[in-house]
Amino acid sequence: MTTPAIEDLLRELTPQVLGVLVRRHGQFEGCEDAVQEAILAAAVQWPAEGVPGNPRGWLVAVASRRLIDQVRSDRARRERESATAAEPAPGDVPGSDDTLALLFLCCHPALTAASQTALTLRAVGGLTTAEIARAFLVPEATMAARISRAKQRIRAAGSSFAVPAGAERADRLRVVLHVLYLIFNEGYTASAGSDLHRADLAREAIRLARLVHAELPADGEVSGLLALMLLTHARHEARATPAGDLIPLEEQDRGRWDRALIGEGTGLVCAALAGPALGPYLLQAAIAATHADAATAAQTNWRQVHALYLILERIAPNPMVTLNRAIALAETEGPLAGLALLSALDGDERMAGHHRLLSVRAHLLEKAGDPAGARDHYRRAARATASIAEQRYLQSRASRLRTRLPP
Amino acid sequence: MQFLISMHINPAVLDALTDEEKAAIGAGHGQFIQALKESGELITTQALVDPSQAAVVRVRNGQPAVTDGPFLEAKEYLGGFYLIDCEDKDRAIELAAQVPDAAIEGLGVEVRQVMFADGLLEA
Repeated sequence: MTTPAIEDLLRELTPQVLGVLVRRHGQFEGCEDAVQEAILAAAVQWPAEGVPGNPRGWLVAVASRRLIDQVRSDRARRERESATAAEPAPGDVPGSDDTLALLFLCCHPALTAASQTALTLRAVGGLTTAEIARAFLVPEATMAARISRAKQRIRAAGSSFAVPAGAERADRLRVVLHVLYLIFNEGYTASAGSDLHRADLAREAIRLARLVHAELPADGEVSGLLALMLLTHARHEARATPAGDLIPLEEQDRGRWDRALIGEGTGLVCAALAGPALGPYLLQAAIAATHADAATAAQTNWRQVHALYLILERIAPNPMVTLNRAIALAETEGPLAGLALLSALDGDERMAGHHRLLSVRAHLLEKAGDPAGARDHYRRAARATASIAEQRYLQSRASRLRTRLPP
Repeated sequence: MQFLISMHINPAVLDALTDEEKAAIGAGHGQFIQALKESGELITTQALVDPSQAAVVRVRNGQPAVTDGPFLEAKEYLGGFYLIDCEDKDRAIELAAQVPDAAIEGLGVEVRQVMFADGLLEA
């Protein structure tokens, strides 16, 4: 087996092995460390010595040994060890709910979003602390402290390793999906910096969303989130020049969109739309599917895009949704209608000075034949963004207008 | 999200403090650093020497011209900074308010989001 194949196998096995250990011993914190050590040992040994016949069994055995060593070496934990030993050992067959239970634990509401994402990537995604630190552009020591603090918080909250029931389950699933969405977004557009594609995080988010979808295939929002990721990721080759300059949707070479991902995402959207519930992720995926369906930007079904944003605005009101609806409205009713809708956002303090509001207004002013106003707004938007790629794009739009302005 | 919390010091204000007040600032920074390390939010922190030790470099016609002293003749100077990685701007402001300097009359700290980073984090 090649080293990348071994790495893939290890990451697939991480949540399964951790699930077995936590169900057997409780104490998520210690089990998580032990599994991480076992994974590191395998990553060193397997490429040299070959993959054992039962890789999962090997990892469970090594991780259990590490956990017991850890418990023995920690005198303060002696009592807990004897309590654990007295319990009947549950079977070693991984329950299908293990991945979900782990995700629910990592996305515990007592944690900040930054901690939830880090812990999810480590405990469920099987990434090392160093890899997570690199992906989020922080030193390894910073990330290690964050993960360790997160595990202490979970212990302090006395959380159990079980999938909660009823309304709590729905709430927690919403947090899980949000965390996966954040991981994807971090990979898709770095919140700051010039590195536009941190594609590994996007791919990792898709892999985790697939795990959740495999557990909950009938959940419309799970399907919607996975579809949204696939349809968005399908465009990633087309959305920037080799130099890293952003290419807006309407100017992208659609021949470079990944048709296989689009096919899969669209299929998920169609199946889920037939279901009973219409949630925000599914609606956003339906909008992405509508864009993907257009052979050219001019053929975009903007009426459908607008209608979908209108429903989204009703079920999940948010100024960013209104902003996007204004773009669709400008395409169907003209730029002045779009600008009129934007003015409704001026009083919203969440949007005051936001670069997206400034850049969309610039775009619509340009379409409405007000190059001076458009240029001013592009320049203000460029000052307001924290993304260098976006700033460069907005500055280029502004200077393109300057050359057209009368002297 | 990464933010730089920069401390703008005024040597005249600092000189006027009592020894106890100066010691309290030092202890406050120590506690702040410890808390940031434990929460996994600290990337790095550095303090700079007195602005009188600064050199300003200007290259004109390819020739460097070096003068002693700070770039701007001002009352306040950059004294040091904290580079942090935290949840959002609200949290960065909450942390900035814990920097001891922020509570001293005549001093203040500034919070700005980082837009580009390289070097320090290469694995």
